[in-house]
Formats: sequence, C-alpha cells, structure tokens
Amino acid sequence: MALRTLQVAPGFMRFMPKEYQDLVENGPFGRQVKLSDVGTFKEILEEHPMCEGCAMAFFIRLALMGLPNPEHTIMVGTAGCGRMALSQAAIPFVYGNYCDTNGVATGLKRGLAIRFPEQDKDVVVMAGDGGIADIGFSQVMHSWFRKEKFTTVMLDNEVYGNTGGQESGMTCRGTMVKMAPRGKQFDKIDMLGLARTAGVAYIARLTPANPSRVVSTIRKAVLVARKIGPSYVQVYTSCNIEYSIPADKVLDDARQVEKERYGYLEIVSEEAGAYLESVAAEGGEGR
Amino acid sequence: MDGAGNQRVVTPEYMFFEAPRTRSYITGSEAANEAVRRANVDIAIAYPITPQSETMQQVGELYGEGYLKDYYRAEDEVGAFSAISGASRTGVRCLTASSGPGLMRGLEVIASWPGHRLPLVFLIMCRAINAPLSIQPDNLELGYMLLTGNIVLHAENQQDFFDYTLAGFVISEKCEVTLPVAVAVDGFFVTHARGWVEMPSAELKLPGRDGYSEAVPMIDNENPPIRIARDAPIQKSNFISYQMHAAWQQEVHAAQERARPWVARYLDELIEVTNPEAETMIVASGSAVSQSREALRRAEEMGTKLGLIKIKSLRPFPREELRQACRNAKHIIVPEFNCAGWLNREVRATLYGCADLHIADGPRVFGGITMPTEMILEWACPGKQGR
Ligand SMILES: Cc1ncc(C[n+]2csc(CCOP(=O)(O)OP(=O)(O)O)c2C)c(N)n1
Ligand code: SF4
Repeated sequence: MALRTLQVAPGFMRFMPKEYQDLVENGPFGRQVKLSDVGTFKEILEEHPMCEGCAMAFFIRLALMGLPNPEHTIMVGTAGCGRMALSQAAIPFVYGNYCDTNGVATGLKRGLAIRFPEQDKDVVVMAGDGGIADIGFSQVMHSWFRKEKFTTVMLDNEVYGNTGGQESGMTCRGTMVKMAPRGKQFDKIDMLGLARTAGVAYIARLTPANPSRVVSTIRKAVLVARKIGPSYVQVYTSCNIEYSIPADKVLDDARQVEKERYGYLEIVSEEAGAYLESVAAEGGEGR
Repeated sequence: MDGAGNQRVVTPEYMFFEAPRTRSYITGSEAANEAVRRANVDIAIAYPITPQSETMQQVGELYGEGYLKDYYRAEDEVGAFSAISGASRTGVRCLTASSGPGLMRGLEVIASWPGHRLPLVFLIMCRAINAPLSIQPDNLELGYMLLTGNIVLHAENQQDFFDYTLAGFVISEKCEVTLPVAVAVDGFFVTHARGWVEMPSAELKLPGRDGYSEAVPMIDNENPPIRIARDAPIQKSNFISYQMHAAWQQEVHAAQERARPWVARYLDELIEVTNPEAETMIVASGSAVSQSREALRRAEEMGTKLGLIKIKSLRPFPREELRQACRNAKHIIVPEFNCAGWLNREVRATLYGCADLHIADGPRVFGGITMPTEMILEWACPGKQGR
C-alpha cells in the first residue's frame, strides 16, 4: 500500500533530508488532519514561489489539508500560477499541456482503476480560470458529460495571472485588464450553471475567507468524486498583483467579494448528499 | 465476454519468431485490429476520422468482447491524446490512433509524449492535411512527426501493419526506450485494401505492461519517492531550467537511439535491400515501396537492374545502414506520397558527403494520387523512358 512507499529503510533514515524525515514522521498521510491541527503536523505544501500574499497559494495550502487520503491522491495542474505551488507539494503532480487537465485526469483515473480495482485512488484537477473555462473548456465539459469520477477545482483569480494579466472568460464584465482595452465585453462564464447542466454530482462556490470551510468543501468534493460522480469546486482566489490588492488586504477583499457576489454555494445531487450523510454518520470523514 | 481470459500469454520472442502462423486475406485496418487483439492492451482512446475509424471501431468491438479493459470515444484528438497520456502515466498498456487533420490537431500533445516518457502505441493511418479538405492518402503529416521525439515506423503493407503494431508495444515499453511508438501506414492504399497477412493464433497474447521495469516511475502513489513528480516544472528562466530542458531533450533522442537494436530485432533490421549491387537505387518507405517493387520487376523485364531500399523505421533513422546500402550507387530516386519530400530530405542529409552520387528530387505524387510504376521508371531510367 502506498503509505509504505513513504517509509525509508531503517538504516537510511538518518541520511534523508530533515524535511523528508519530517514528512514521514509528521506528515498528514494515513490519518485525518484538521485545520486546528496546523502547526502540529508537517504540511503537504510549505515553500512555494508564488507572489507574497497570493490568495491562490493560501487556498492551495488549505485545500491540500482537505484531501481525505493524500497518500492515494494525484494532483493534475497546468500552465498558470497554481502549478508553481502544486509542483512543490509532497504529492504526485502531473503537469502536461495548457488545456489538457481533464483529459489527463480521465486517463489517470481510468488507468488507476484498472491497476487498483480494490484501492480508491483520488484524482484532483487544480487549474486556473483560463485553464478550466477557456482553453480547457471542452475537456472539462466532456469529462463532466462522461461522468468521470474526479474533482475539478477552478482557481478563479478572474484573470490570466501567469502570463501577466490578460482577460479570461471568468473576468467580470466591464473590467479593464490587458487585451480588454475597453473593458471586458461579456459576462463572467457561468461555470456553476454549466456544471449543474452537465450533471456534476457535487458543486461548490467559495472563497478562502473561511479556511475551515475550504478544508471541508474539498474533502466532500473528493469523497463524492470517489464514489458518486464528478465534482466541481470554484474558488475565488484574487490575484493581488493584477488587481492591485495590498498583500495584507487579500483576505479583506475575499470577505468583501464573498459578501457581494461570491457567496458560499453548494449544489449537491441527491445521491451525493445521501452518500455524504452516510460518511458523516460513520465517523465524520464528510465533515 | 472474456476474450482476453481465453488467451495464453507468450513471450514476445515466441510471438514474433516461433509461433506458427496462418494466412488471412484481410484489410490493413483489420490487420492492425488483429495485432491489438494479441497485444494485451489495457485501454484504447480515440476520436474517429477517416481512414482511421475502421480500426478503432473494431477495437471497440474487441473491448466489447473483453480483450481490452477500457475504451471510449474521446471528445476530440486533443482530448484523446491527453487522456491516453494520463493512462500511460499509470502504467497500463495504451493505444490511440488518428489520421492527417486529427494528428495535426493533436500535435502539441503528441510532441509532449516523449518528454513525459510515455510508452504507448499511436497508429497513424495517413491522410491529406491542408486545404481543401480531403480524405485521400497523402502522408505529409509524417514530416511533422519526425521532429517530435516519437519513434516512427512506416509500414509498407497489411503484413507490416500487423507486425509493426504488435512489435510497437514491446519496443515502446523497453526500459532503455520508454517512448511512444507511432506506427504509420498509408491510408486507403493499405487500410482499405486486402492483402495476405500471416498471423500467430488469436489465442496468444503478449505479456502485460510491466511499468516497474521502465525508465520512469509510474504515477500511481505506489512508487517511492512520493515527493518527486515525474513532470518537471521548469518554467523559470534560469540556467537550471535551460540545462534541464536541454538534458531532457537529449535524453529523448538518446532513447530513440537506444531503440535501434530493438527495432532491428523485431522488424528484421531498419531497412531491407533488394539488388544491393545496382547503380540506381530507389529509396522508399510505406506503400511507395510496393510501387517500387513493381518498378524493379518491370525494369528487369527491360533488361535494367534497379535496386530498392525499403526504410522501415523513420525514427530512429537508419543512417549507417543507408550509407552502406548506397555505397555502390550512382543515382538515387526517392518516390513519395507527399509534396514536401520529407524522406528525400532525410536521404540527402544522411548521404551528404558520403558518396559520389546523384539524388533526384522526386518523384512525388500528392493529394491522394496513386504513383504509376511508369513514373518511377521515368525517374529511375530517364533515357529508356524518354526523359
Ligand atoms: C497552448 C498554450 N497556449 C497558451 C499558453 C500561455 N499561457 C500560459 S499560462 C496562461 C494563462 C493562465 O491563466 P489561468 O489559467 O487563469 O491561470 P492563472 O495564471 O491566472 O492562475 C497562458 C495563456 C500556454 N502555455 N500554452
Ligand atoms: S500573479 Fe497573481 S495569482 Fe499569480 S502568484 Fe502572483 S498574485 Fe498569485
């Protein structure tokens, strides 16, 4: 089982980097960690090269705590800011071409199902709004239509952060960003509505303003994808660089945006709801 | 149905060299499908396009009969090639296929497979690209494939398409190779025409993929060390990233080189030479080889001996073999089914400075036109054909 692969042969442990020893001894693998445990365990993501105060980096750190079984999870990312942190995390990370996340995740999930019919292997896509709603749109939608059992998380900073601030389909109408010299001419794409139309089993919209909710939402999304069907989490992760938000005001902005237009929303299919309830009754995994 | 359950696993050596074979009169598409039946494939993903669809819909039937564990029609070629890359990362045996425009649509993904070190077989049933839209056989797309780092084999006929496809899986998954193998064939001329194919019993299959013995670990969370993702993030502009990207590409090309002995073993060398002593040599790949064989026969009737070098493997390219085979030649022609003459360029680059000979810039047909034997003869024996 995968946990064993983390372990180091006894004689070699002392030659391993301190950080690795720490992961083996104090990592979140094979046990449930809670947000309130922060500081007592070695996190899956610590150092990363994202901008100071970046809400996306903060969200990713929280989301990784929400994974029910990180030792059996594979993350899929793509071009965009998020992969800079994801590629530093203590979890296998696949980074292919810009647009391919949901195709790659489909293949991963199906391949793993062939090789490990008895062991749940979770696949989680985490990509920017451009990666999900623009260039990757077709693969995202079709993975939902096909009811592929993995989680898609949109890191929605409402702009192309990594390429220097161009308009994305998720930018709000009227916003002046690069390549939208007269302000964006059309509405933010309704990916939540599209997810519902496509029959996604668990859909959530949130901001990182409430950290414990991030942890529990991701946990629910991954559990539903494991047993019921596709899940989609859309999170507002402001780009403080492109939207000129001072680093120490990032969470104030998140609270403000949550209040105005990005309120917490869950759309749960009947089957997914029943499943989450059964998990919660069994021992709180679905909390 | 459990088709695969009724098959017996045999070694590649037994399958390729020892198992008794019987002859069937089948199309190229069917030949590829029969190879897949015996290849112990886990998953096939593709998007339909003429002339590829024949094979991939038959593979769907194989799935229905239990020969494959998973199969689906993707949303498009980018989706198909991305998904097959995900599946390959998990260590299962993978198949996809396309033709002309589909290949061009998915080229970004195809060109990323080798760098990610993904064993899989990619069947290419060649078809015209460019405008106006056409479904006809023209293999210009292979010119693009040559730069991608994929292994590229070019089948002449139905028999080759069977043999190369089956061998492709084994070559692709060799530890020192760990690369995708593209098996190309000219559309319609081979895919939709019948020919005799000798095949081992359908009750035999290759051993399954053993991801633990490949060059790069599978992504399955069972392989230590968990910390290292195999897809390197090197998008920083610094010397480490330049170095890494350079080393990565060098390694892909080195792996192509290391595939040589395996291609030679399973395809019976990278080239096949007929009449090695001839002064005029025809160098060809794919179905142009068959046309050239006919030209050899006709020339012989007229009292002229022409030579023929069949190129089986485009990547790795048989450089040394070609130089050796051309050492007595004075005149070389390169018949091709595309307007760019990609094989001609390969031949020129390989023979440059090696021999005192003339390499004609053709003959070529394109857009789906067949190549008349007369045309090859005109180029090969200019005087005799009034040219
Ligand atoms: C095929 C392709 N087209 C374009 C790009 C350039 N590119 C890289 S990241 C990016 C935008 C990223 O924006 P988003 O997905 O919203 O993520 P963010 O950086 O904002 O997190 C673009 C256009 C690319 N890498 N590949
Ligand atoms: S550019 Fe924006 S989204 Fe990207 S790391 Fe910086 S703050 Fe975060």
